[in-house]
Amino acid sequence: MTSDQQAILDIRGLTVRLPARADRGNAIENVSFSVLPHEILCVVGESGSGKSVTAHTVMGLLPPKQLTATAGQVLLQGDDLLKKTPGEMRALRGARMSMIFQEPMTALNPLMSIGDQIEEILQIHTQMSAAESHGRMIEVMEAVKLPEPERLIHSYPHQISGGQRQRVMIAGALALEPILLIADEPTTALDVTTQAQILKLIKDIQRTHGTAVLFITHDFGVVAEIADRVVVMQHGLVVEQGEAKNVLTNPQHPYTRMLISSVPSMTPPKRPDTAAAPVVLETQALCKTYADRSLFRAARETRAAHNVDLTVRRGETLGVVGESGSGKSTLARCIVRLIDPTGGQILIDGHDIAGLSERRLRENRRLVQIIFQDPYRSLNPRRTVKASIIEGPMNFGVSKAEALTRASDLMTLVGLDPDALDRFPHQFSGGQRQRICIARALAMNPEVLIADEAVSALDVSVQAQVLELLDDVRKRFNLAILFITHDLRVAAQICDRIAVMYKGEIVEHGKAAEVFGTPSHDYTQALFNAAPGRDFEFGNFASA
Amino acid sequence: MSAITDWAGADLRGKIAGLRRSMLARHPTMAFGGAMLIFMIFCAVLAPWLFTGDPITFNPINRLKSPGDSFWFGTDMFGRDIYSRTIYGTRISLVIGLSAALLSVAFGLVIGLAAGYVRILDAILMRIMDGLMAIPGILLAIALVSLSGASLLTVTIAITIPEIPRVVRLVRAIVLTVREEPYVEAAVAAGTRLHLILIRHILPNTIPPLIVQASYVCASAMLNEALLGFLGVGTPPEIPSWGNIMAEGRTYFQLAPWIIFFPGAALALTVLGVNVLGDGLRDTLDPRIAKKM
Amino acid sequence: MLAFIAKRMVAIIPVMGVVALFVFLMLRLSPGDPASIIAGDYASPADIERIREQLGLNAPIPVQFGKWLWTLAHGDLGISIFTNLPVSKLIAQRIEPTLMLASTTLVFAVLVAVPLGIIAAWKAGTWIDRAIMIFAVAGFSIPVFVLGYILIFQFSLELRWFPVQGYTSPFVDFWKFLRHITLPTVTLSVIYIALITRITRASVIEVMEEDYIRTARAKGQSERIVLMRHALKNAAVPIITVIGLGVALLIGGVVITESVYNIPGLGRLVVDAILKRDYPIIQGLILVFSLVYVMVNLLVDIIYTLVDPRIRY
Repeated sequence: MTSDQQAILDIRGLTVRLPARADRGNAIENVSFSVLPHEILCVVGESGSGKSVTAHTVMGLLPPKQLTATAGQVLLQGDDLLKKTPGEMRALRGARMSMIFQEPMTALNPLMSIGDQIEEILQIHTQMSAAESHGRMIEVMEAVKLPEPERLIHSYPHQISGGQRQRVMIAGALALEPILLIADEPTTALDVTTQAQILKLIKDIQRTHGTAVLFITHDFGVVAEIADRVVVMQHGLVVEQGEAKNVLTNPQHPYTRMLISSVPSMTPPKRPDTAAAPVVLETQALCKTYADRSLFRAARETRAAHNVDLTVRRGETLGVVGESGSGKSTLARCIVRLIDPTGGQILIDGHDIAGLSERRLRENRRLVQIIFQDPYRSLNPRRTVKASIIEGPMNFGVSKAEALTRASDLMTLVGLDPDALDRFPHQFSGGQRQRICIARALAMNPEVLIADEAVSALDVSVQAQVLELLDDVRKRFNLAILFITHDLRVAAQICDRIAVMYKGEIVEHGKAAEVFGTPSHDYTQALFNAAPGRDFEFGNFASA
Repeated sequence: MSAITDWAGADLRGKIAGLRRSMLARHPTMAFGGAMLIFMIFCAVLAPWLFTGDPITFNPINRLKSPGDSFWFGTDMFGRDIYSRTIYGTRISLVIGLSAALLSVAFGLVIGLAAGYVRILDAILMRIMDGLMAIPGILLAIALVSLSGASLLTVTIAITIPEIPRVVRLVRAIVLTVREEPYVEAAVAAGTRLHLILIRHILPNTIPPLIVQASYVCASAMLNEALLGFLGVGTPPEIPSWGNIMAEGRTYFQLAPWIIFFPGAALALTVLGVNVLGDGLRDTLDPRIAKKM
Repeated sequence: MLAFIAKRMVAIIPVMGVVALFVFLMLRLSPGDPASIIAGDYASPADIERIREQLGLNAPIPVQFGKWLWTLAHGDLGISIFTNLPVSKLIAQRIEPTLMLASTTLVFAVLVAVPLGIIAAWKAGTWIDRAIMIFAVAGFSIPVFVLGYILIFQFSLELRWFPVQGYTSPFVDFWKFLRHITLPTVTLSVIYIALITRITRASVIEVMEEDYIRTARAKGQSERIVLMRHALKNAAVPIITVIGLGVALLIGGVVITESVYNIPGLGRLVVDAILKRDYPIIQGLILVFSLVYVMVNLLVDIIYTLVDPRIRY
């Protein structure tokens, strides 16, 4: 940090108290860092680290009465924001400092046109005439590269894409040339290709306008992509800060070292050849088409999955990667027969289950088990872990005593205490619940395990552990795993082979090392190029 | 261990304990509601011993006496004691309120589960429910009673039927949401049979909102029973009910307003108690719905 | 838009079909011979036979239903047994007071309830909020007719501000109309106000927690304008829904209120018909009221599309 520059934002010893009965006393404690002119400062941390609370405190947007700043200063160009009246804060918000949020769909008012929402900020803070504010609005929309601004201002948020919505948010935030832009996980809800565009936009704008940016993220790929400096937070405390390059390559604090070591590499490790193993799961021309019939117009058809051919062999992991809407989850749900495919075959050990009746299907349910994304909704909150795990085996005639023995063995296997079987899901963390879900699936002795974004909702450190567990059970039980993910880094680490899905079809398919090394399809190339921090190799500091 | 006791053991016990702890501290109004209901049951059961006289036999000497020492609530045009009649009237209101709540929830639950889980039934059942909802409830009840003759049973049925569609919609909406939950899909993938899925995973989610709904049905049924009585198509005049006491007082309203006032106040307080109890239950059992209502 | 309305009109057909079937079956499935029920307790066998013939009761049930639907489709609701007049004519004669009472109530209730709900949401958690909510739950609990008699007792008999009962058409004497309609309107409004206040408060509170409200605050917008400009319009859909669904409540309330205030409207018509067991009138009015309910809710659906650009037709 060059000391002659005055910081745009200087946070000194900030403490924000949590309401009584929370799991800790303060949301953030004694947080100090500053954002200098012309820089992007990334605040990085896992969920519950207090990074978002810090950002909201700066903007004065903490929920009143629940969270209150109790100590410290928040200096915007030397002016303490904690001492401002609500009216003074309103005058600053949107004009001197702006904020954009994680989910651009919900952050925009669904009933207000795009133009009105951007123009609103000009009306609040300036006395511009209608013509002036219209001109300014078009100008900022062009600056954030929104197409056809004159037409777009009459659209509503639901009529434009996710990336465009975030551009609209950014246009509004920049309309009055603020000195500070706070971005709270602005690309987390976006697909990777859109994320790359938005990151580039934020970087460009920061360069051309000289805006200081406070960027909140949990993703070290994003940090490597755009950060000038980094602040690492854990449990409401700043544990490390410094130049991005230094922190990423030579982290000092054990927590930072652990975090960075947990980021999966984009380069797949060498894996044993599985080509000789028998095929367990095979789909042939699998299709799922949704028809939206209506009395007054022709039926509208959506091809969620089309002519999908894939094979998974015993003991191998096939990764299906794709962005949202690519049909990868539809594929998973078809194979488990949670939804009925509209065409093609699903062969498990050579037997087609695609067209089986519910009764015949039930006998085959044991063979394919699934693990879902959201650990908080994957277990019945009203039933004990034990009841959840033994339910499946008992459906297949296993005695209760035997099912219980198996359940407690599996708990040990997934790294949990068998005594915890009598507890309820809410007594476990997200990662632990995902382990329980794995135990529940394994209790069925399945041939095929489908992991549908099974680690996507987890913090990066927990993610690494669950991935390790999955790979471990694959080896131990010689399982075939179909691993559905949007996360290329995760796919690179765990998959033997990769299938890339785009608009319901598999566009590329091959060994992980080959697909990552020399992607052949245009879409695959675009996808890989968009991965944040793709050129950055995150070191493993775990042993250091 | 059956699925039901499983659920009750795990969930309800904790909830009830929570209820007890929080009731007085956080929901004084709910405590009032509960007290009202208990008081009402007390009156209904112990009616003959609560300083009441004969509520039915005419006593022309004492006709239209205003409230005072000998007749706390006054007398009607046949000289019957309004206090005694009001206390005995509690029985009808209570029986009809509680049975309408039980019956509508029972039928609504079965129909709602069927509609939520069986595609073909869904379209048919929901059209029937739409039609039923379109008929103003009180008119439907009036028509049903006047066609089939007024008795405790017909009045109860007539009051229950219009309440069913709302329960069905509630149950169906819950089923449609919950069946998409990953834990339900995991149970399907584990080969769990439909009836076990319903009992173990779906049904428990309907219980808290149904308890709340039942309290609202109870309140509305008591009001509707009184309305039917008031319009002269309620329970037979031999059995005193708050509705028919007030109906008889209509003609003498300017002369003897107490005939309407006392049973009216009893009804309003009871319904208020049940409604407040329902609001409190909703806040405690289902904070998500509480936020919405 | 026209296609949307057409589609919704088509969707009304099965609903009204169910209503018609219900009304039809109610009479057929009730114990005893419908003809003698209709004819009443004092009818001669000849009367009963005449009614049997008139109702076509000798044909098989599905044929009877079909024939009845056919006459209904032509707007023929049957003949009143007591007055021997067409039911549709009786309804036309009596509809004005009911329409007047329903509209004054609707307007009054919405004008009172929506602001009350907004104030309660705005002051959520304070004593103002609590007072409004207590009023709302009390409004749910007091029987319409008890409230009616209390109001008559206080304002007509004691204070003599309003006439005790009766109705005057606004086209005859507007001032007298106002004096007559005030108490019935207030009486009938209370439950409706309670309902709309609760839903208004709830949906405003819910909307105020949405992300776009935070965005508006992040723009530096004042709380008042955040509420008026961003929250209210978003809260409107559930409020309009409840106003539409509440029409069922309103119709039920009209029947009672007209009895209490002796207003010669449809409510009185139906109550009198019940006491005289004049079934064609009861049937006809149930059908008409149901149609009104369904049409109001169609209107509500159309209003949705105007409020919310996301709702496509």
